[in-house]
Amino acid sequence: MTAALLDIHGLRQSFPRADGGEHLVLDGVELSLNQGQIVGLLGRTGSGKSTLLRLIAGLAQPSGGTVTYLGQPVNAPAAGIAMVFQSFALFPWLTVLENVQLGLEALGLPLPEIRKRALAAIDLIGLDGYESAYPRELSGGMRQRVGFARALVVHPNILLMDEPFSALDVLTAETLRTDFLELWGEGKLPIKGVILVTHNIEEAVLMCDRILLFSTNPGRIISDIPVDLKQPRNRLDPQFHDMVEKIYVAMTARKPAPMQIGTVPAATMNTVLPRVSANLLSGLIETLAAPQFNGKADLPVLADELAMDSDEFLPVAESLQMLRFAEIEGGDIKLTDIGKQFVELATDDRKKLFQRQLLAQVPLAAHIRRVLQERANHVAPKSRFRDELEDHMSTEDAEHTLRAVTAWGRYAEVFAYDDDSETFSLENPT
Amino acid sequence: MRVNVPISAGAWAGLFSRWDVLAFLLILGLLVFLGEASRHLFEPLTELQQTPTSLDPRNLPEYAARTTLRMLIAMVLSLIFTFTYATLAAKSKAAERLLVPLLDILQSVPILGFISVTVVFFMALAPGRVLGAEFASIFAIFTSQAWNMAFSFYQSLRTIPTELEEASRNFRLSPWMRFWRLDVPFAMPQLIWNMMMSMSGSWFFVVASEAISVGNTTVTLPGVGSYIALAIEHRDLVAVSWAIGAMLVVIFVYDQVLFRPLVAWADRFRFEQEPGALAPESWVFDVLRRSRLVERLTEPFAALWRLTFRPRRGDKPALVARAASGAPGRFTFQIGVIVASLAAVALWQVVSFSIEGITLADVMTTLVLGLATLARVVVLIAIASVIWVPIGVWVGVRPRIANLVQPVAQFLAAFPANLLFPIVVSVIVAWKLNPNIWLSPLMILGTQWYILFNVIAGASAIPNELRAVGVNLRVRGWLWWRRIALPAVLPYYVTGAITASGGSWNASIVAEVASWGDVHLQADGLGAYIAQQTDAGDFHKIVLGIAVMSLFVVVINRLFWRPLYYYAERKFRLG
Repeated sequence: MTAALLDIHGLRQSFPRADGGEHLVLDGVELSLNQGQIVGLLGRTGSGKSTLLRLIAGLAQPSGGTVTYLGQPVNAPAAGIAMVFQSFALFPWLTVLENVQLGLEALGLPLPEIRKRALAAIDLIGLDGYESAYPRELSGGMRQRVGFARALVVHPNILLMDEPFSALDVLTAETLRTDFLELWGEGKLPIKGVILVTHNIEEAVLMCDRILLFSTNPGRIISDIPVDLKQPRNRLDPQFHDMVEKIYVAMTARKPAPMQIGTVPAATMNTVLPRVSANLLSGLIETLAAPQFNGKADLPVLADELAMDSDEFLPVAESLQMLRFAEIEGGDIKLTDIGKQFVELATDDRKKLFQRQLLAQVPLAAHIRRVLQERANHVAPKSRFRDELEDHMSTEDAEHTLRAVTAWGRYAEVFAYDDDSETFSLENPT
Repeated sequence: MRVNVPISAGAWAGLFSRWDVLAFLLILGLLVFLGEASRHLFEPLTELQQTPTSLDPRNLPEYAARTTLRMLIAMVLSLIFTFTYATLAAKSKAAERLLVPLLDILQSVPILGFISVTVVFFMALAPGRVLGAEFASIFAIFTSQAWNMAFSFYQSLRTIPTELEEASRNFRLSPWMRFWRLDVPFAMPQLIWNMMMSMSGSWFFVVASEAISVGNTTVTLPGVGSYIALAIEHRDLVAVSWAIGAMLVVIFVYDQVLFRPLVAWADRFRFEQEPGALAPESWVFDVLRRSRLVERLTEPFAALWRLTFRPRRGDKPALVARAASGAPGRFTFQIGVIVASLAAVALWQVVSFSIEGITLADVMTTLVLGLATLARVVVLIAIASVIWVPIGVWVGVRPRIANLVQPVAQFLAAFPANLLFPIVVSVIVAWKLNPNIWLSPLMILGTQWYILFNVIAGASAIPNELRAVGVNLRVRGWLWWRRIALPAVLPYYVTGAITASGGSWNASIVAEVASWGDVHLQADGLGAYIAQQTDAGDFHKIVLGIAVMSLFVVVINRLFWRPLYYYAERKFRLG
């Protein structure tokens, strides 16, 4: 048995918060990467998986714990760990060839060797003929190929991939995944292990030998799922489908005591609200109520039907749950009576029902409304609530949460908000 | 290596192509020019007095060459300054805290003030030689170019996309390699635009920087600037026209040989490529790029350059700081001590300097004069806005006209106010007008064009769809201006107005005093005060005037322009 390429122990990352406390992004991460493995880091936005990738790359320092690469602690970008970026991160002023040569030039290799290796990588990754093109002349798919060639050419032991296919359209992404897996399977890639960050459940099941599931706020590994399906994998394979379903269940399960019927945890003042538009919410309710589903649907099936990937879809489903329009259980989503009632109503009455649910289930919305009512002029600055939220969450999350509650509050006509003066009020402009 | 399609394939393939010949000529011309122009540098100063500046137009080519060379050297110095100063400010948190405000102040110090104060120092550097005076002149031109370039570079460095920054760290680029592969290319388009503005701006001050006269020290360096000064002294209208002609030629050549190729070349460094935008073109750039000779000549240098990218032994990638390190570093204290002691020394100097030669009454006088100049600047900016915003919008939504107007405006921006002295002075004298009012327009002569430039840029950036909506809803007349045009150009207008206002303060030193032969006109204002004290050689009062003017500019920027800028950016920036 060979030693692990990468070992991570008790890794923690936190940032100082406005009130002097700390905002925990990653906590207690244990991970090891063995030769020949593709490990997937799967989680929602805010699960710290990209942060983890940057810690491995030596682009940031952890607040606690260790990252060890081939027995050496990582405290600066290490030779032998290369990264593929979500947004490609190509240098627009360098040609394809120059972009690929970049890492080799930094190594200080002699020019003939640089040229030879770069051309070999370009050839391998299917970029022949594009050597003198500038990135802006290429399609997204070709650009990401350059990203891959640039990382592979330095012959890294570990390839880090940060959602490398998420900026591409569905077809292009699939082609690139397949090409990559083929080269990997045939042992043509000069790498020994891969860490893939993704929020796409199917992508993870398609590519990885092991999937680490991350919780959000803070990011912790909640599940370590081996994927034993044989490559090449087929999305239509029932086993593949089961695996996807299983991960959906795990991702929507509630933390300490899962599956306690009737006790969906209520939102509190500290809940970070997702930014989901009211239109999306009513759209999902309508879809669920359609005869095809009749009020109950399998989460992956529904996501597929709506052509949404899990990262877009789950916040919508969970918002419905938070507002008690639906329940999520065992990978299924089911309309509640309130949800069914919503479908029957006309626009104005829907708003009233939404208003009722919002005030009852989202404490922050009720809180803002109460403060506005108590004040003589019915006006309160945004900063008042922002400060309150920042005691419990990061500045960014506070901003997101406020925007989310503002959007819902406006739709439900619970309060008005003026962005110029950054104030909430009870009055709508007349 | 880039695959270049040879322009003249076939029988000629092995020999020189015509592009090679052209390129060769261009380079040779540049070499001759540099050799000729720098030949006189080490002549003793007395030589200048023996062959004083003459109004013979046959001397103009040589004068133009010398002026051009000075501006070029100053530009190179400005670039060096930009690369070091701005990099330090962007990379070091501690340095940033001091360097950015410092730059902000430097920017507001009137350029002619630098000359008055530093000329003696530079003359002393190379006593008795032309070199000292050349230093002073080049330094003055440098001060009119460097600050906005450094600012632009600093701002570019601050906005480098995170992923590119991470990629260059992930691939372990050395700081040196990163600078040339990431920092400079990313900043290039913005920097070149600022270089062009700087060049225009420095023409405005060329007259003052070549005909230096502080108290008893009077030096006239051969150049277009001194030629203009002499022509004004001698009331020679023909010579003034010759000077305008020479300037036109030089600006045109600069544009064709230097800036247009640079802009065309820098196009590849643009980070975001808006679709449909035409790539800038330049024949000189095409010649250089297509010539195999040039490529062969530059290739060894490029290879040598790449060698410097190699990591040195013992080079280790920089350790990254922990995210949660809120405590101040060890060095901050030491730097604090150094800065504090420097500040103490400076304060002591300023205080002793002031006690020596400045009275409270002087301070009050300059403040009142500052208010007079302020009133002029405000009124002039308002008038210029009323004139140029509508015209700029009108031009901006018509791309073809915009392409014609841009170069003309660029030339006008470079037009030194002194060249209009003959007309203005004659008119004021003939009609017995009040110089307090009628000298003022000279202040905004060179700077109003920045309003026009920016408004044109803003108007041409209005998305077609937005304009289509306007047409579709039949939004016309005043409503169109109020709801579509003016909001869309506001962020651009503010940028232009800030430049114009700063420039007008600067220009007041030239514009509040005008002379034509022996007729001297003067308006009451801070600019005239500084010009007067410079003539008298009263250093205390020069410094006082400069300090008060800088103070005015900084305060107005902080209190008025900056908030307005952020407001416009937040509310009206499209996209």
